[in-house]
Order: sequence, then C-alpha cells, then structure tokens
Amino acid sequence: MQFGIFTVGDVTTDPTNNSTPTENERIKAILTIAQKAEEVGLDVFALGEHHNEPFVPSSPTTMLGYVAAKTEKLLLSTATTLITTNDPVKIAEDYAMLQHVADGRVDMMMGRGNTGPVYPWFGKDIRQGIPLAIENYALLRRLWDEQVVDWEGNFRTPLQGFTSTPRPLDGVAPFVWHGSIRSPEIAEQAAYYGDGFFANHIFWPKEHFQRLVNYYRQRFEHYGHGTADQAFVGLGGQVFMAKNSQDAVNQFRPYFDNAPVYGHGPSLEDFTSQTPLTVGSPQQVIDRTLTFRETFGDYQRQLFLMDHAGLPLKTVLEQLDILGAEVVPVLRKEMDAKRPAHVPDGPTHASEIERMRAREAARQAADLDGQSAVAAEAARAENSSTTHTGAAFGIKGA
Amino acid sequence: MTENIKQLVAISSGLSQPSSTRLLTDRLADATVADLRDRGVDVELRTIELRDIAQDITNNLITGFPSAKLQSALDAVAGADGLIAVTPIFTASYSGLFKSFFDVIDNTALTGLPTLIAATGGTPRHSLALEHAVRPLFSYLRAPVMPTSVYASSEDWGSGADGVASLTDRIHRAAGELADAVERSDRSSRVVDPFALDASFSPVGGYGAQ
Repeated sequence: MQFGIFTVGDVTTDPTNNSTPTENERIKAILTIAQKAEEVGLDVFALGEHHNEPFVPSSPTTMLGYVAAKTEKLLLSTATTLITTNDPVKIAEDYAMLQHVADGRVDMMMGRGNTGPVYPWFGKDIRQGIPLAIENYALLRRLWDEQVVDWEGNFRTPLQGFTSTPRPLDGVAPFVWHGSIRSPEIAEQAAYYGDGFFANHIFWPKEHFQRLVNYYRQRFEHYGHGTADQAFVGLGGQVFMAKNSQDAVNQFRPYFDNAPVYGHGPSLEDFTSQTPLTVGSPQQVIDRTLTFRETFGDYQRQLFLMDHAGLPLKTVLEQLDILGAEVVPVLRKEMDAKRPAHVPDGPTHASEIERMRAREAARQAADLDGQSAVAAEAARAENSSTTHTGAAFGIKGA
Repeated sequence: MTENIKQLVAISSGLSQPSSTRLLTDRLADATVADLRDRGVDVELRTIELRDIAQDITNNLITGFPSAKLQSALDAVAGADGLIAVTPIFTASYSGLFKSFFDVIDNTALTGLPTLIAATGGTPRHSLALEHAVRPLFSYLRAPVMPTSVYASSEDWGSGADGVASLTDRIHRAAGELADAVERSDRSSRVVDPFALDASFSPVGGYGAQ
C-alpha cells in the first residue's frame, strides 16, 4: 500500500499571527515539504494545479522535475491535473518527459477541478466540463499508447500523423487516477480504462463516496479488468496530530475556523464527525484511517492533506515527522497484512510494465482464438447446404 | 413498503415558537390528510420546521454537503408525493431561510412534485408575494404549483377579513387541489438510480479512441 501527501498549494494567511507567505516562500515551502515526504518514509507526493489565486502551482512538472532530482524513491503525482483546460498533447509530452527525468517515478491524477471563470482563460467552457474530460483523456491515452496518431474531435484542432515526444518510458504511460467527488461519468471513465479512482472524500461524508467507489469497482469488473476488489482505489485524508489529543485540537482550531472551503461554517467537532478529518493523537489517526478500509474495501493509496489553511512550514514538517514515524508504519503493516494476495498493491512503473505485458499476452491469445474461430466458420460454410447462403448475411450474388 | 401509502411533506419556515406560519402549515396539512382519507387514500405526513435545521442549512451552503439531519429532510422532500411549503413574508418576499433550503436541495429533486404554497404576513398587502416570488421559485424547480395559494395575515386568524372567502374556505380549497394531485402521484414509489448515465454517454467521447 502506498502512503503519501497531497497539496493544493494555497497561499493562506496564518490566522494565529496574521502573516502571509510570499509566492516565493510558499513555492519553496512546497518543495521542502515534498523532500521531507521522502525523508520520513512516505511513498507519494502529489501536487495540485491551479491558475488562480490564492494557489501557486500553475506549472506542476517544473516543480515535480525539481523534486525528482532531489529525491530517489518518492513517487511524484498530481492532485489534480486539469484534463479539461490543458491541451492533451501538452499533458502527454510534459508527463512523458517527467517520467524520463524521474526514471519512471511518475503517475497522475486527472480532475476537472476548476471554477467557471478559469475555463474561458483557456478557451473552454465549464458547461462542457464532462465532455472535455472524456474527450481529452481519450486523446491523451492514444498519444501515449500509439506511436502515430490521426485524430479529430470537438475541442482541439485535428492531428494528422502526430507522434508525441518523448515516448513514454519503456513504452508504458504513467498510471492514471481519476478524481471525482460526485460524477458517475468519471467513475465510469476510470473503470472503462482500468485506471484508478481517487475519492478525495476529505470534505464530504463517507456514505456518499462509498456508493461512488462501489459503483467504480463494479464497472471495473464489468469492463473486464479484474474483479471488483482488484480495482485501484485511492482515498484522501486530513489530519492534525499532537501527542496529547486535546493539544492537537487547541493548536488546530484557529486554522480550522478560518480555513478556506469550510472555515466559518460547521464546528471542528461536527466536521470531524461528518468527514474523515481527524484531529488528535497519532493513535486516533491510525484508528480512524483503518476504518477507511472497512468502508471502501482494500485500497491502494492513501494521501493526506497536511499543509493547507495557513499552517506554517515548521508545523507541517513536524506533522510529517509524526506521520512518518508513528502513523504510517503501523498503517502500512496492518493494511498490507489484511490485503488478500489477489488484490494489487499500489501501482508503480514496474507494475504497469507487468500489466502491459499481461494485456498484450491476453490480446494475442484472443487474436489466436479469433483466427481459429474464423477458420472454423469458413470450414463450416464450405460444408453447409445451399440454404445457408451469403444472402442471409446481406452479400449480394453469393 | 410505502407502495400504497402516499408521502406528504409539510415545510414551515416560521422562526418564532409558537409560530403562525407553523399554525397555517398544520391546518393545511391536516386538511389535506383529511381530504385524502375521505378518498380512501393512506397518507403519511412529515412536518419539517426549517428552524430546527437552520444551522445545518447554512453549513451546507458553506461546505457543500448536508449533515445527516438535513439529508433526511432533503430525502423526504425528494421522495414525496405532495409538498406544502409555507413561509413568512419578510421584506416583500420569502424568508432567507426558506430560500436557502431550496438553494441546497438538488435542482431536480422537486421535478413533478405537486406543491401547495402558502405564506403568513403582518398585513394583507403582501399577499401577492406568493404569486410574484414563491410561485416562480417552484416553477423554476419544475414543481407543479396548485392554483390556489393561501395567504394568511394577522386579521385572517380572526373573523374572516375581507368577507369574500374565509381562511378556512381557502385552506380547504387548496387542500382539495393538493389531495387530488397527491392521489395520482407515484413519486414516492419510484426507484431513483443516482448513477444513471445519460443514454448518449460514452466513456471515450463522441469520437472513437479504440
């Protein structure tokens, strides 16, 4: 199982001292946090993409390229890549390039995650959000999987004889997660391609996501990628910890009360009971996170949101120390022990190479079957009586 | 389970306790239930005081998701055969709380839901707020609104105000219209698939990516 952190990269005023980091300070802080993730033994760092204030990460591959150079094992991912407003050609090239730079330590999470005004800045329309996500991804898949692409669609200029460069490392595209909080279309899309589904359920009650994840699992099986419990599920989480649980509550409350998204709304107590947010001791975080498995089944990736709402860098780094030292080792041991052998571990470049080989082998076997079926049909046709003519199949003059 | 039992939901957004809005809500609900029982129709009434879930409604506006308590109210409305929606008239329109409830409910949840609208006010001069504010709100939500809307001002609770038709007469006329529509509704027995995809949906889009 993979554990990691994800950040949206918000620049938020620290409500306890009214100080706001500069863009430069926040960008450098994010890069420091990413390196800290590897240092404390986490597996994944996922970076958001935004093109509007108060967020800074507009150019994720630039930042992830830096992190790639500074780390050795950390998997670099996104949370999320805007499949709606980015040109799929640029996504194909940027992330294949990052794969080469990072020696395959790359996967991605696709999302629509934009507010209305952002779309027109990129020549798009939010009312087309789902069709954009569907068509752009269909093209992106082909650009990675096929050497030469002829393509025509609704949302960009056609392509004739186009090859995106560089080609994906070892001929295998980055593993893709699809993130969605309420659209069955996106769960369906993830299932269709045999991709992962990431339920960022940190702002919503779990019952809602339980239904959506179950739907994705059933459709994953329907499309023939394996059984429902072999589908790739990722979950969000949000925690704040201190040795003594009341200290955690006291320290986090001002950040919670003033946070973007939910600040000035429900109480910390209501929000922690209604959503996965856990504020307390490391043991409480362990116990709560283990319930995710009971709700959603065995899953492959757990990402925590650790650095938002104006928490200072020093605090975030301390939180990561606790997460890496006291929480993740226990969770990893428990979750890995409980996961049955037939359920896949978190996807990596190596496991994707294996999956590609298995798919090719299956395809070749199917082709052979198909050929023998055609031969058998031809033999039957030769021996059949005149009542079974080509006319029955609409072939004139048979 | 509720196949033959019609589901009637009454919503009151009165703020005081006791409240004249709640009083009007109860009278309309009782009259509708009585009318349905006279027709031999089984009916279950659920009355929701928005005052009790006012904070949940505000929190939903901010966080984007309902608490369990609010969810239960939203589900009741979405699966109803008839709705009685009653608001006090504040500043020439429905109350903010009333509007907020219908802002957080899914915009397809009221489609086809027979709805009786009613309001209370301190003066009869606000009665047309039902027609220029409340009725269009439900028209937008595609809920068929009964022709008779019921407005009760302070003096209506007395002798019969303008002497044309008393509040009681208007309540019975409106309740009759709603009972008629509730009897024909099958909304509560429908099964809704929250993940139903549009028939034209393809996971690869309009142009093939095979």
